[in-house]
Amino acid sequence: MSTVTTGKDTRTTDTLDFVAPKADELAALLVGHSRPPRPGALSASMTFGWRAMLKIKHVPEQLFDVTAFPIMMVLMYTYLFGGALAGSVSSYIQFLLPGILVMSVVMITMYTGVSVNTDIEKGVFDRFRTLPIWRPAPMVGYLLGDVVRYLIASAVMLTVGMIIGYRAAGGAVGVLLGVVLLLVFSFSFSWIWTMFGLLLRSEKSVMGVSMMVIFPLTFLSNVFVDPRTMPGWLQAFVNNNPVTHLATAVRELMAGNWPAAAIAWTLGWSAVLVVVFGAVTMRLYNRK
Amino acid sequence: MTDLAIETEGLVKVFGTNRAVDGIDLRVPAGTVYGVLGPNGAGKTTAVKMLATLLRPDGGRASVFGRDVVKDADTVRGRVSLTGQYASVDEDLTGTENLVLLGRLLGHTRPAARERSAQLLAAFGLAEAADKQIKNYSGGMRRRIDIAASILNTPDLLFLDEPTTGLDPRSRNQVWDIVRAVVAQGTTVLLTTQYLDEADQLASRIAVIDHGKVIAEGTKGELKASVGSGSVHVRLRDPEQRPEAERVLKGALNASVQLEPDPVALTATVNGHGTDLGAAEQAARALAELSRAGITVDNFALGQPSLDEVFLALTDRKGPAE
Repeated sequence: MSTVTTGKDTRTTDTLDFVAPKADELAALLVGHSRPPRPGALSASMTFGWRAMLKIKHVPEQLFDVTAFPIMMVLMYTYLFGGALAGSVSSYIQFLLPGILVMSVVMITMYTGVSVNTDIEKGVFDRFRTLPIWRPAPMVGYLLGDVVRYLIASAVMLTVGMIIGYRAAGGAVGVLLGVVLLLVFSFSFSWIWTMFGLLLRSEKSVMGVSMMVIFPLTFLSNVFVDPRTMPGWLQAFVNNNPVTHLATAVRELMAGNWPAAAIAWTLGWSAVLVVVFGAVTMRLYNRK
Repeated sequence: MTDLAIETEGLVKVFGTNRAVDGIDLRVPAGTVYGVLGPNGAGKTTAVKMLATLLRPDGGRASVFGRDVVKDADTVRGRVSLTGQYASVDEDLTGTENLVLLGRLLGHTRPAARERSAQLLAAFGLAEAADKQIKNYSGGMRRRIDIAASILNTPDLLFLDEPTTGLDPRSRNQVWDIVRAVVAQGTTVLLTTQYLDEADQLASRIAVIDHGKVIAEGTKGELKASVGSGSVHVRLRDPEQRPEAERVLKGALNASVQLEPDPVALTATVNGHGTDLGAAEQAARALAELSRAGITVDNFALGQPSLDEVFLALTDRKGPAE
């Protein structure tokens, strides 16, 4: 811009539709509004969870990954492997459905990292970080919103499974317990993604790293087949994989049994994941 | 002795090898608008982010209302609000949803947050857009809702980081009016800007920063006096007369005269040194002298020093050619 341009005064504007608030109007808004007490940790987290729900309301397409993707997973693997692995589709679905449910939901958790990564690039995160609230609340809010997504995915998959012949011997209670355990684990597991979401620079790298973690973890498990036919070194991994413990626990719960050891392992893994990756996430969040 | 809203001592932030903020000392009195003026990349945003507890300083010390921004970050957060360079609202949500969300996070009950949101949207001329997603807002509307969000709980200190960059003149005026109204209610504002004009309109004290350092600080008057109070831009009818015009202006204004790329144009600094006359009077006298010398002036304008001129004057280095 040159020093000055003849006849151009930026302060001259038409005042016809001038909409700035009048000083006295603003004064009334500002004065006398004492600050309410700060919200508690739970309240702040729930508010961020509500934000996640609003996002789903405005961008319903994002539910694609918890509806179409799970349906595809159930149908694909049931019909692909059913005949070969278990002799028939209807007998394989009894074994596969709880496992594929675990696999799909654990896979879906990876989107948490992508949404954290895209969100923190935006200015709104700066505002959240300057608010006097419980620091982990925005992250917990994400995960609470995601739990709803996992619930939708679980409902969709169970419905599809039942249509093609899955019957849970454990009844509604068994199914419900299985889903709750799955949600607890997924919530805890998602802290890995919030960490990567904060750590990595781009959405693409988050996706890339997530795939590297999620594929071995979900495929090298007992989701598709019993590990007994695998080589010893692979069994060592599969039998200690948290996804295996979770799949066993969910499968047994839905079959009406009480797999105490697998449940304990799953909850133990969940606690470790929250403590380790939750701490790293919050450290990154505070330093970002 | 006035209270200080912000006090920093040797504030430093280093990104890799780049000393983005390189030892900044600021003392911002409470209840005023303090302008931080500088070009892109001068370290303005980085400094604001440290003061707003978003970044940890690598060196030095900063306090807001006497509270350290690192050790006492939580207390500081309770008293400040930030409007960033990019709208600090959620683009996917509507205006109402954004303000209710913030209201809830600031501890209001849901009905109180709704009421406050409706009041603010009405006051900021956004009532009709209340249920539209922010991504459909114009630049000016975004800035307004952003500021509305920042004063939802009236802050004691408001950071406005380049609040009018990219806005059309009318929206810019609206933002200025809002800032004036907020300050009138007792809030301290730290305003960063690239425009001298904006700092001039709003701020009572200004710090000029470049390469992470404060290169000048003072009241508007002090700052302007150091760079001259303005410049007069003259267009002649006859390019042949330009050397003569240059000589006359130099004599009349006792200051430097720049020849513009346009062969009939020249710009002279009006610095007010050694005279009690205002810039306009000095310029008028200089024009009269041109006329007396028989030089035909087709057009002239008197303007404020541009930021470039301020920098040239303050740093004594060559700025980018215009």
